[in-house]
Amino acid sequence: MADALAAHAPQFDDAEQQRMASNLGIWIFLATEILFFGVLFAAYTITRVRFPEAFAAASRLTNLPLAGTNTAVLLTSSLTMALGVHAAQQGARRAVVGWLSATVALGCAFLAIKAVEYRLDYLEHLVPTLHFRYAGPQADQVELFFYMYFFITGVHALHVLIGIGCIATIALMASRNAFSADYFTPVDVTGLYWHLVDVIWLFVFPILYLISRS
Amino acid sequence: MNSAAIVSEENYLSSGWNLWSWLTTLDHKRIAILYTITITLLFGIGGAAAAMIRLDLMTPHSQLVSVETYNKLFTMHGVIMVWFFLIPSIPATLGNFLVPMMVGARDLAFPRLNLLSWYLFVGAALFTIYALLSGGVDTGWTFYPPYSTAFSTSQVFAAATGVFIAGFSSILTGLNFVVTVHSMRAPGMTWFRLPLFIWAMYATSLILILATPVLAMTLMLMGMERIFGIGVFDPALGGDPLLFQHLFWFYSHPAVYIMVVPAMGVVSEIISCFCRNPIFGYRFMAYAMLAIAAFGFLVWGHHMFVSGQSAFAGTVFSLLTFLVSVPSAIKVFNWTATLYKGHVSFHAPMLYALGFIGLFTTGGLTGLFLASLGLDVHMHDSYFVVAHFHYIMVGAAVMAFFGGVHFWWPKITGRMYPEGWARFSAILTFIGFNLTFFPQFILGYLGMPRRYPIYPPEFQVWNVLSSAGASLLVFGYILLLFYLPWSLRYGERAPANPWGAKGLEWETASPPPSENFHSTPLVSEEAYAYSRAESPHG
Amino acid sequence: MDSLPFFPVRASTTAGQVDNLYFAWLALSGVVALAVGLLLVWFGIHYRRGSATNRTVADAAAYDKRMRRIEIVWTVVPLVLFLAMFVWSARVYYENVTVPKGALPIYIVAKQWMWHAEHPAGEREINELHVPLGRPVELLMTSQDVIHSLSIPSFRIKQDVLPGRYTTLWFTADRAGEYHLFCTQFCGTSHSNMVGRVVVMDPAAFEGWLSAHANVPTMATRGRQRYRQLGCDGCHGAQATVRAPKLEGLFGRSVELRDGRSVLADERFIRDAVLLPNRDVPAGYDASMPSFRGQIGEEELLEIIEYLKSLGNATQQVMP
Repeated sequence: MADALAAHAPQFDDAEQQRMASNLGIWIFLATEILFFGVLFAAYTITRVRFPEAFAAASRLTNLPLAGTNTAVLLTSSLTMALGVHAAQQGARRAVVGWLSATVALGCAFLAIKAVEYRLDYLEHLVPTLHFRYAGPQADQVELFFYMYFFITGVHALHVLIGIGCIATIALMASRNAFSADYFTPVDVTGLYWHLVDVIWLFVFPILYLISRS
Repeated sequence: MNSAAIVSEENYLSSGWNLWSWLTTLDHKRIAILYTITITLLFGIGGAAAAMIRLDLMTPHSQLVSVETYNKLFTMHGVIMVWFFLIPSIPATLGNFLVPMMVGARDLAFPRLNLLSWYLFVGAALFTIYALLSGGVDTGWTFYPPYSTAFSTSQVFAAATGVFIAGFSSILTGLNFVVTVHSMRAPGMTWFRLPLFIWAMYATSLILILATPVLAMTLMLMGMERIFGIGVFDPALGGDPLLFQHLFWFYSHPAVYIMVVPAMGVVSEIISCFCRNPIFGYRFMAYAMLAIAAFGFLVWGHHMFVSGQSAFAGTVFSLLTFLVSVPSAIKVFNWTATLYKGHVSFHAPMLYALGFIGLFTTGGLTGLFLASLGLDVHMHDSYFVVAHFHYIMVGAAVMAFFGGVHFWWPKITGRMYPEGWARFSAILTFIGFNLTFFPQFILGYLGMPRRYPIYPPEFQVWNVLSSAGASLLVFGYILLLFYLPWSLRYGERAPANPWGAKGLEWETASPPPSENFHSTPLVSEEAYAYSRAESPHG
Repeated sequence: MDSLPFFPVRASTTAGQVDNLYFAWLALSGVVALAVGLLLVWFGIHYRRGSATNRTVADAAAYDKRMRRIEIVWTVVPLVLFLAMFVWSARVYYENVTVPKGALPIYIVAKQWMWHAEHPAGEREINELHVPLGRPVELLMTSQDVIHSLSIPSFRIKQDVLPGRYTTLWFTADRAGEYHLFCTQFCGTSHSNMVGRVVVMDPAAFEGWLSAHANVPTMATRGRQRYRQLGCDGCHGAQATVRAPKLEGLFGRSVELRDGRSVLADERFIRDAVLLPNRDVPAGYDASMPSFRGQIGEEELLEIIEYLKSLGNATQQVMP
């Protein structure tokens, strides 16, 4: 099956053209994701500049230990993903399945920790429109912070979920010998997507959790 | 003219005729036709809304429909025409059909993504039609908060979701085009041998890819705010309604270039063919489209001169807007110069292209009126703006689209359209268009605001003229709906190259075989290489 | 030049400049459009297929050189003309947004679907605006709900009216009469009914109109009543036990904030202080002022602002 796929799809002249096209395609897709999240970051930043004290106070209510753990989890998952792509380059089927499975597991861990974090936020009455309660000044702006917090982390978590699905699929395909050292483009492309999801988190984490935490 | 008629060869139309083969096709040419049918239906809905608007505006007291209905009519007209007709029109129909052929490829880079983009488009359209049937939307196509988030009781969320989904359809189309042009050009097809239509599709695709995600997220923020009532945009809670406007126009200004740059590409193809001349200043024309795409991202604030943004911001945006008009102006001069020392003929596509030049020039120049800060204060949100953008979007973009449909009709269908009717329709549309929209410039300067079903009686005479023109325009459009399908059955069969045009798409049969070319083309001449003896332009 | 059927009547001192810009653009566009049109027609006829015109070029190099020069001309000339128009129109705009000193303030509160106007002298109007001839008038505007936009075509002015903010518009009417006033930002069902008229009266008639309403308390008087009713005196008054900034002489002054920034105590500042008090806390005070959001309407807020202006600088500085 690996041989059959090392041949190329009919619209391409050869495998090299297909690889080049797939690569360019995924980078363009990543560019659209950056613009997509860019709007969220812009809206957040602009609102933060309008209400620096409220947003700083609200930021201090976020769960730094859990989010910090998640950062480590996601970074590690990028490592395992990169190792998986490297293994694919060498045609090492079992290593590929192993590293991709590890990535899936770490991705699931990220989501699980996130779920715990959301639940804790709910118990502390920090979820907007769901019994939100804040006793300090500028409560409306603190609620606005949390609205953006859930929106941004929620959209990011959705991307993590989609990534997990893609990686799991690719891992399954790898276990069925779909790839070889000559053809592993889907692994490569999925890896790039996963790295972007990680990079976005590396922006989300500081701007929501770290800034103005003394 | 090439008179060799190819009659019974297998082609992309004849290979498999059942519905399933069409709905699961991966052939870019069939997907182009699927898109054409879909956008024609949606154009009909948007056009029906426009007809009701113009009928209602014949009297100052809005006697045809209630004001609530009127507000929904102009909103749906805008939403459908912008996102479900103009933005997909040339790229998803002519672009899908021609991009692989013009570069010498068998298909686009990602045929399955192409089919997915059509399904997303249909899904989005269904959502929007649901919004229409379940009460309509009344916020204007611009969805400004806080009206859209906290006051309107109409189907804002459904309509915004429809547009959101349509955005993904656009992004996939743009992605496909960029990758195809980069990686699948035939041997010898260097960048500067590409037809200008390809450059236009490329520039448009850059905008599609970079601007549409911004719209998607902005609509999502607006929709979430409507549901959860928390103020990113709501000033009652310290939010900023101007933030929405900035985000919205950051997409929506480049969007107008998505609508007009493809038209520029079509017009370049038609004019060079019907003058038997290479386009004057080919490289500049290519660079100009890229420059328009890039600079188009920097001018969004000219929609917001009186919004409450700072005077300084207004000044910067005004200056940039003036600068972005220069490449467009030069393109008009270059098209005109292409006729010089050419061999000009006036078939229907050429009439549409010439109409485009006139209407684009008028629309573009009136854009400069609006870019002038001091003048815009008076004309903002008046009928002057309505006239300006219709000159570009209908006068220019739709005329170019119809010109392209006629030009490539033989290639796509294997039949010739009836030339007499087509010329008549082109001229009728041109006259009807001007009668409809020129009075609106006058109305605008007089001060008639847009989105007004009820207006002071002294504005009536211009409104009546405009509505009369609209009836001519509609008649011109309806003619197409008769003679084009007629030609599918009774039209003269078309040879591979009925116009004697240059371009790889003309070197294969009409209609083309499924794989476009029987063997990969080899390109050895420059674009528009009409013989030097015929034309002095290099 | 009065009411031609193509232009609205000119009734303000700046309308003429706007019209001049318009005429200049009409001329410029007309020339360009005509040139392009004529060239297309001429080329279309002269070079139509089958015509016997000579199309060959004797000297290709000289031809190319001439064409390059023409291209440069048709790039540079529009660019220069456009930049000149930009500068001219920017100057007209700046004059349109620079409020002259000593302008008579009138306060506008827009709401779905009517215009409330309040004169400092106390008169209130709905969908009508009486103004004196020949004197600069400044409109300080806000909305109670959605975004509206005030447009007076005969004055050639327009400005969006936003909830949560004040925006300004100024004019000097120089022709007596009545003129249309429109809302030009879509604001809901009765957007096109949100129209009114501006009544420009010569100064004597305007004084007459004002004195006809002399029994109405001034805005500042109503503002003082409201100030007391809401208990503002309790903290800001002379006998207050709580530490709160004194408001006499505040309006128009520069205020240093707790975070080091310095802001002007204008209408916007007062409004924010009442509705969102703990955002811009003055230096030396803490964030303990309660918010009055929900307890005070836009008109009342403007009355309090007028009251504070009356306590403040005699020059009655207005928002730039």
